[in-house]
Formats: sequence, structure tokens, C-alpha cells
Amino acid sequence: MKVRILVSYKDSVLDPQGQTVKNALHTLGYNFIEDVRQGKIFELDLKELSPEEVEKVIPEISDKVLANPIIEKFSWQIIDKSQTREGREKIST
Amino acid sequence: MKFGVVIFPGSNCDYDTYYVLKDVFGQETSFLWHKEHDLKGVDCVILPGGFSYGDYLRSGAIAKFSPLMKEVIEFASKGGLVLGICNGFQILTELGLLPGAMLRNKNLKFLCQFVTLRLENDRTPFTHKGKKGNVLRIPIAHYEGNYFAPPEIIKELETNNQVVFRYSDAQGRVKEEANINGSLGSIAGLTNRKGNVMGMMPHPERASEALLGSQDGRLVFQSIIESKNI
Repeated sequence: MKVRILVSYKDSVLDPQGQTVKNALHTLGYNFIEDVRQGKIFELDLKELSPEEVEKVIPEISDKVLANPIIEKFSWQIIDKSQTREGREKIST
Repeated sequence: MKFGVVIFPGSNCDYDTYYVLKDVFGQETSFLWHKEHDLKGVDCVILPGGFSYGDYLRSGAIAKFSPLMKEVIEFASKGGLVLGICNGFQILTELGLLPGAMLRNKNLKFLCQFVTLRLENDRTPFTHKGKKGNVLRIPIAHYEGNYFAPPEIIKELETNNQVVFRYSDAQGRVKEEANINGSLGSIAGLTNRKGNVMGMMPHPERASEALLGSQDGRLVFQSIIESKNI
């Protein structure tokens, strides 16, 4: 079983990296981009756990280790092979 | 005064700090390996600068799980003196011994240079040899030193006089142009509520001998050494 966890700065926290990427995109003419927030992705391979166990353990490790709750938020999803695609393919969720 | 300097994998200011305490100040000093559970009876624990665990995940995020940190938390809760310098400051926030967290510097640059600081609180064990308003010249060397805390915490820090150092210009004026990394409130160093744990981004161990261009960092070590007299 694979779980993907996305960690990024809270909306109230300035993200200087996201701002820099936004400015670079504007320089290239993509002026329709209003904001960019940058984050980190963790993909965990798990032994088979019950849905209840996953619900419990993923927020727990995200809060304790992967994210710093003072500045970061997280979201997560269970993914299967069809959702890990290469290159230009669009991921459907 | 007995000092202990903690070594994590990736610490790189551990020997500088040890040298200053032992050779410059002539104090009894030991290294404390992060995997042990023994503080060796020291009076002051120092978490030195560097890149513990390569700064993987977040600065200080992995170091907080080192075995010795259990003893450090217990030591601090009993009033023991704990000083975190640079990466040590980042570890103290991750441990929850100090409030807040560090973001990347506002200009996204690793900053390695002398800065000037205004001493804001001269009534801590770490600064009582100085005077409020003193301007100190001490170097910084970090990429993630942009101090952040929610507004209610910042307010609490100010009310309780926990801010010890602020980035300032050479005349001691705190203003946005002198706030080199973008820290909220220009905060460069702070203590916990009780005042026995301090974190600071600048490196006092790099400014403790005239040969290195400044001796202003001596204030911090001299204050700790004489802290039993306050």
C-alpha cells in the first residue's frame, strides 16, 4: 500500500521559494499565475494496514515528524500504481 | 563552571565552541555524544551550530529524536542552563524548548557575515554582563534563520521580555533594512519563559578573540560563567 503525503507552508506563512518561482514564471510571460506555493511530497510504502489504522497513523507521523505544525500543514491520500505516472502524463485522482 | 557541548552527526561548530570554553575561558568542558544518555554532571549544555543530520527534512527535525535530548529536556525543566547556537537554536525550537520555528532567509541566500545586534534583555544568565542597548558585532552563518511564530506567541515573547537580541544597524537602531533574514520582530535570539534556555542565530564562539575580528561574543560565555553570582 502506498500513501502520498503533501507538506507545505500554512497559508499564513510567507513562502519565499514559491514567490521566487512565481516571479520566474512571470518573467517568462505566464502572467495568469496568481500565486505559487511550494511543498514537499513523501511517498510511504506500507505493510497492509486496515483503513482505520491508516487514518490514525498517517496524521500522527505527519504531525510528529514530517511537518512542523507551527509553520506547515499536510494532506494525504492512498495511491495505487495507476496514480504514479511518469513524465508528461496527467495524474487523475 | 562545567560545560557540555553536544555533538550530533553533522555538527561543525562543536570544536570551535569547545576551544573557546576550554582554551579561551579555561573552563572544564566535555563533549556529549548525542547517542548517550549522560550529561556528565555539567552546569550548562550547549547545542552547537552546524548541519545536524544534513538538515534533512527540516533543520533540527531529526536531531530532536536523538537519545540525549530526553536528558536535555529534563535538565532544562529543572532549571539547567541550555544554550543553542544557530543549528542549536533550530533544534531547541523543534524540541519545543523554545517557541516558534525557522523559515528560509527572506532573500533565499545562505548568509555568512558579521551582523550587528542590539542587546534587549540584560537580565538573563546569558547576558547579565552586558547592558540593554549594547550593540554587539557577531557573525551569522545560516540559510534558515528567519524566525517565525504566530502573532499571539510574538506578543507573549514581547510581554515577557523573552527577546534577547535583535538585528540592528551599527548604531543599534532596529529597522527593516537591518533585519537581514526577515525574522519577525527582527528577533535574533530569545529565551524561554523561565529564562534558563536561550537560542541565538549569531555565533558568539566565532567572535571571542581579537584575532577573529570581534570579541563581542565573549559577553555570552562570560555571563554564563558568572551566572551563579546573579
